[in-house]
Amino acid sequence: MTENNELIRLSAAVLAEKLAAREVTAVEVVQAHLDRIAAVDGKVHAFLHVNAEEALAVAAEVDAIRAAGGAAAEELHVLAGVPIAVKDLIVTIGQPTTAGSKILEGWHSPYDATVVERLRAAKMPILGKTNLDEFAMGSSTEHSAYGPTRNPWDLDRIPGGSGGGSAAAVAAFEAPLALGTDTGGSIRQPGAVTGTVGVKPTYGGVSRYGAIAMASSLDQIGPVSRTVLDSALLHQVIGGHDPRDSTSLPDPLEDLVAAARTGNVEGMKIGIIKELHGEGYQAGVENRFNESLDLLRSAGAEIIEVSCPNFKYALGAYYLIMPSEASSNLAKFDGVRYGLRVLPEEGPLTIERVMGATRAAGFGDEVKRRIILGTYALSAGYYDAYYGSAQKVRTLIQRDFEAAFAQADVLISPTAPTTAFKLGEKLNDPLAMYLNDVATIPANMAGVPGLSLPGGLADEDGLPVGIQLLAPARQDARLYRVGAVLESLLEAQWGGPLLEKAPSLTSASLTDTLASHGGSH
Amino acid sequence: MTDATLSFDEAMEKYDPVLGFEVHVELNTKTKMFSSAPNVFGDEPNTNVNEVDLGMPGVLPVVNKTAIESSIKIGLALNCKIAETCRFARKNYFYPDTPKNFQTSQYDEPIAYDGYLDIELSDGEVFRVEIERAHMEEDAGKLTHMGGAAGRIQGAEYSLVDYNRSGVPLVEIVTKPIQGAGSRAPELAKAYVAAVREIVKNLGVSDARMERGNVRCDANVSLRPHGRERFGIRSETKNVNSLRAVEHAVRYEIQRHAAVLDSGEPVTQETRHWHEDTRTTTSGRAKSDADDYRYFPEPDLVPVVASREWVEELRATLPEPPAARRKRLQADWGYSDLEFRDVVNAGVLDEIEETIAAGATATVARKWWMGEIVGRAKNADVDPGQLGVQPATIVELSKMVEDGKINNKMASEVLDGVLAGEGTPAEIVQKRGLAVVSDDGPLLEAIDAALAAQPGVADKIRGGKVQAIGAIVGGVMKATRGQADAGRVKELILERLGVEA
Repeated sequence: MTENNELIRLSAAVLAEKLAAREVTAVEVVQAHLDRIAAVDGKVHAFLHVNAEEALAVAAEVDAIRAAGGAAAEELHVLAGVPIAVKDLIVTIGQPTTAGSKILEGWHSPYDATVVERLRAAKMPILGKTNLDEFAMGSSTEHSAYGPTRNPWDLDRIPGGSGGGSAAAVAAFEAPLALGTDTGGSIRQPGAVTGTVGVKPTYGGVSRYGAIAMASSLDQIGPVSRTVLDSALLHQVIGGHDPRDSTSLPDPLEDLVAAARTGNVEGMKIGIIKELHGEGYQAGVENRFNESLDLLRSAGAEIIEVSCPNFKYALGAYYLIMPSEASSNLAKFDGVRYGLRVLPEEGPLTIERVMGATRAAGFGDEVKRRIILGTYALSAGYYDAYYGSAQKVRTLIQRDFEAAFAQADVLISPTAPTTAFKLGEKLNDPLAMYLNDVATIPANMAGVPGLSLPGGLADEDGLPVGIQLLAPARQDARLYRVGAVLESLLEAQWGGPLLEKAPSLTSASLTDTLASHGGSH
Repeated sequence: MTDATLSFDEAMEKYDPVLGFEVHVELNTKTKMFSSAPNVFGDEPNTNVNEVDLGMPGVLPVVNKTAIESSIKIGLALNCKIAETCRFARKNYFYPDTPKNFQTSQYDEPIAYDGYLDIELSDGEVFRVEIERAHMEEDAGKLTHMGGAAGRIQGAEYSLVDYNRSGVPLVEIVTKPIQGAGSRAPELAKAYVAAVREIVKNLGVSDARMERGNVRCDANVSLRPHGRERFGIRSETKNVNSLRAVEHAVRYEIQRHAAVLDSGEPVTQETRHWHEDTRTTTSGRAKSDADDYRYFPEPDLVPVVASREWVEELRATLPEPPAARRKRLQADWGYSDLEFRDVVNAGVLDEIEETIAAGATATVARKWWMGEIVGRAKNADVDPGQLGVQPATIVELSKMVEDGKINNKMASEVLDGVLAGEGTPAEIVQKRGLAVVSDDGPLLEAIDAALAAQPGVADKIRGGKVQAIGAIVGGVMKATRGQADAGRVKELILERLGVEA
């Protein structure tokens, strides 16, 4: 293993320390990741765009500031020089933003998303834009108009979705950190199936300004990383009030990094959600989940069971609210002002016909499916029965959470019912695809924060299992407190991070590694 | 094709009109309803826009707090209740003047509701118009259709879109059905829109210039036979954008509906376009249940909360209401009831106030507006304010008259010159050679000649009948071809005859 190979395996927190101590330069760190992208992304296809020049320039700037020393060096953000990948749903100046769709092919945003501004302010080099299901609609990244991303654990399997690109990039050591967006599980489920950490913050905790909206009342930007601490570090950079997002919370951000560093579950009540495990969950998922419960018990937590009876309606209500909002949010993609414009092949060139031809050619099937669903659900005469009822379910889910959090400090469940499925396996069965988000959707419906961390490998397929923690709104710190404890207990069992068991992806050792990891630990 | 109409009187004999108005008021906030782009009229197309106004991917709206304040003020001035919390909704439809392909508008939760406005008609009768609600929304961009006839979309080769107006804050004021106005309906229509315009202008929340579209009116008209409870089918005449047009459009629609009903046909429920040139309406889009805007609450915005304390604070800042203001102005200006009502009915109250503020006396201001400008406006078939007479022009003209530089007749001529765009009053006086003869020499010669020509009159004046002086002044004016200052002429005649004025 070369020195650069070691750099890519370091966590963001360790990289930050080494950069601050000037043991490595930011240019070296960025170059190591660019080299890794060049070496493995042909197989993984996590990136839609690689931003080498700008990333190296930002890194060089950080190095220059550090070399000059003084106040400017002192004031550098702790993550200055630590590179990051950004989901291609988040707009960036200087790089294309496609949302994984043909309709935005070649489009460059004239403005930066608030989270991107914050990355730039922290001088974090942006490595590039990561792949996703078109407009974040999917659980497998197969709905990307630019081809699927593959799971670094098994290139024949999906990396989850919609944020499969960000999760795979981090899992494949192409980036130590990434940004994702989570509307129904798009950060957490890819985290689960790639053995990485992903956090959906409290709704309003991170500005949505510049995240291309799928469902405005559900979308949330959050961190993707390999460790709980790294997610806390990134969450701290991107979180906090933004006057450009009316739904952004005014509260000052808690010290999430301190929570991750001082993890402790002693005396804590952790609630298992009765409705989110057992039937419908893969045996290997259940086994790893139960082991995590044992570990938390051993660390002094009290494990109780809570019931959230209305969660069974969550998926159905989600598939009314999300497409309803999406049908309206995606109306702006019409070929008039930007992006793809397709003229009808015959007949008059009226504005309606140009809009129609553009949308017919520019959107993929899953996007069209959801636009049609949402348009129908909002139609006069159906609104009350569909959108109206779904909003009521939403209130019931919020009440379930309130009741559960009256008994437990945090809740726990498997993140996804199964490990990564094979590419193409569920592509023609939308309902089976949708079921993959059954455990992650309730948090979006209620606006509460959720974190997924690796819980080990499933016995039957040797693939990563995700453990989900949920906390009350604005109590994101609890996720980091508990997540850090569980992570350290699990890693003590495994003898190191789970991702050490993943295939190296470099050609020589690929098959060896694939053959060697059969068991869970 | 022209629609058949009945005469207004005939229509009134048979039918009872029911009116309804939707008045859109553009607020004069510094920035737009949901973005920080400037809200300015008349700039180069697509310069007052940012990523939010263009509906770029990823953008989010933020409500303009000043626009909320203005809306609450309008609600209070319309005697409305102010909602403690209310929301915006999305009105979904595909049209390129709306960059997101939905308009963010209040729908079932308006900020102000259940109000009324007392409208004083020309003879002093007061008519109460009930306000259903006043809600906030954003304006759309402006489309210009190129290559077709008369700027219509039909037959156009292409269309240009200017998003400067996109996102400009609007308050839409909706009345309840207005019943019982009878033959005064057209007059009431004009007076109602004038009152709304006056209120928003008085509040300072809108520039309230109808010719710029700051205040736009959609007029709903239906007829029912006398004695029937149930309303007839209505038409909605869109964008009737001057006070006179409101009156004419309502009158025309009453006459058109009456003819349709007389023919035994049902009135079509539709929007109508107003044509100022012919003073008629033509059929627009049929309103049907097929219009489904798929309204739902705007998820990118949180509810607007108007605390009672805030509402009361705003109420305390409201300016004097127009009716009270009128009372005060009449007292200040010393106009008789009749003079004042004439001024109000002529629609020149604001103009007179501005002219007085610019330095004219109340008498002079009234004389100019009522005596000179209203008549010209009538001839030009526009509202007096639309003639473009600046208060400063009147002040300058009246000063010239007072100083004896020109007389009233010349001043009127100079005003014509100003309106014709020939320059400032001073420039026109010079250009047209209109200076009054102020050198006493030639005047005295003319006076002596006039006195000599009418010795009898001269005797009368000497005898104390000073009012007879008119005949001598007339002679002098004739001799000087009107260029003499009549005041000075009078002085000189009296001096000549040794009579104390």
